Amino acid sequence: MRYILLIYGDEAGRGAMSEDDRHAMYAEYEKFANEITERGIGRGGDELSPVSSATTVREREGTMLVTDGPFAETKEQLGGYFIVDVDDLDTAIELASKIPAVHGGSVEIRPIVD
Amino acid sequence: MTDAAAAVDRVFREEAGRAVATLIRITGDFDLAEEAVQEAFETALRTWPARGIPENPGAWITTTARNRAIDRLRRDRVGREKTDDAARLTALETLGDDVHEIPDDRLRLLFTCCHPALAVDAQVALTLRTVGGLSTREIARAFLVPEPTLGQRLTRAKRKIREAKIPYRVPPRDVLPERLAGVLAVLYLVFNEGYAATSGELLRAELCDEAIRLTRLVDRLIPGEPEVGGLLALMLLQHARRAARTDERGDLVLLGDQDRASWDAEMLEAGLATLERVGANGGGTYVLQARIAACHARAPRPEDTDWPTIARLYGELAALGSSPVVELNRAVAIAMADGPDAGLRRLEPLAEDLDRYHLFHSARADLLRRAGRPREACDAYRRALELTTNDTERRFLESRLAALESAS
Repeated sequence: MRYILLIYGDEAGRGAMSEDDRHAMYAEYEKFANEITERGIGRGGDELSPVSSATTVREREGTMLVTDGPFAETKEQLGGYFIVDVDDLDTAIELASKIPAVHGGSVEIRPIVD
Repeated sequence: MTDAAAAVDRVFREEAGRAVATLIRITGDFDLAEEAVQEAFETALRTWPARGIPENPGAWITTTARNRAIDRLRRDRVGREKTDDAARLTALETLGDDVHEIPDDRLRLLFTCCHPALAVDAQVALTLRTVGGLSTREIARAFLVPEPTLGQRLTRAKRKIREAKIPYRVPPRDVLPERLAGVLAVLYLVFNEGYAATSGELLRAELCDEAIRLTRLVDRLIPGEPEVGGLLALMLLQHARRAARTDERGDLVLLGDQDRASWDAEMLEAGLATLERVGANGGGTYVLQARIAACHARAPRPEDTDWPTIARLYGELAALGSSPVVELNRAVAIAMADGPDAGLRRLEPLAEDLDRYHLFHSARADLLRRAGRPREACDAYRRALELTTNDTERRFLESRLAALESAS
């Protein structure tokens, strides 16, 4: 079963990190990415550019609306994701709990429809 | 319901959880399992009163439900080919007539129903429906929600289990303690819902029996877990006092004023024996609360209560994770052990946190009254009256206030 692990966090907080902390955080992400690769369950993952670079498109009453910014303004922003292929939700939870964003931010687990 | 039907109903409910759990393990389909067991129940209602209850009702129900499930899958298969159904059918057919329950089937089911990825109200409903065998209507009535709301809650939870693939198993060792804590929390919630019911609400009070039954089951299936034994003891000790908790008007009777002769002696004994079995192991929250309840249970008269021990146990509870409510109870116990002034000193620092909590003000009022400060006691009773939403408590507080006002 494939799950996407959506990584949410406070972008402003991330921007204010010291260089050392940032390095430490990326090292943690690398460790996680290596673990899911070694276990053969990783199906990709990326970090996203900040929401300041987001563009939202929607069509309303026949008019295409293109606007600056994310779909919804929230306190935590979607900052990246991993896709994993594992047996069940408990394994997905175990993996999500290893993503650094769980400290302070959060990880949303969504099953991918086959 | 006739006597025969009531007997079928009772035995069936005791045993149905196993059948549901076994069929869910084999088919992975909650709805199919529930419907098949429901059909088996209807068969039992028709045949048991005449032929007598089978020697092994659990096996009878599981075999009958299995056959109903096979019929259902065959019927549904006509005209369309569903691979999932085909796999389920094969699994059921190869099961044979001699259906053995794997002992932890119900335990797995309980862990699935109480999975933290489900909302707590859904965990409660699902546990009562599938493991407890209560009908949707019974659960809806017990929790005072409309039946369609509860039905939706169950449907949504079952869909989540399927779509998110919540596993059907006893969790591995590394997460077992926290998951078990979740199961116990659900069972205690069910119990408290029943406990809060007044004497007129029989169906809600039955939730206590149901919670005790399920906790007993967990205690048997995961032996040696102190918190499980602790919770079971706590429920038994509290439930044993049920007849004495309300008077003939349905008004609440405080522990100190209860007629101890109407406590259920047998249930108290069972609670104390359970606590004895837990022994000195474990100082978790349920064990500690059970030990406190046991101090009350062992006192033949209110004045025989071992308040210093109760105060110490509340201290241990507070050390596990201090909450203002635990501190409030601790202060009351200290007041009973060392006098009202000692209790009042303990209460003062809680005033800010508990200002909106009626029991804080009623406890404080009581201590002020006993400390010989009637005017302040009246003020505190009035404050408690402003905050309480419970009619029984309101009547109690009004009578206390009136007595104090007429004395001064």
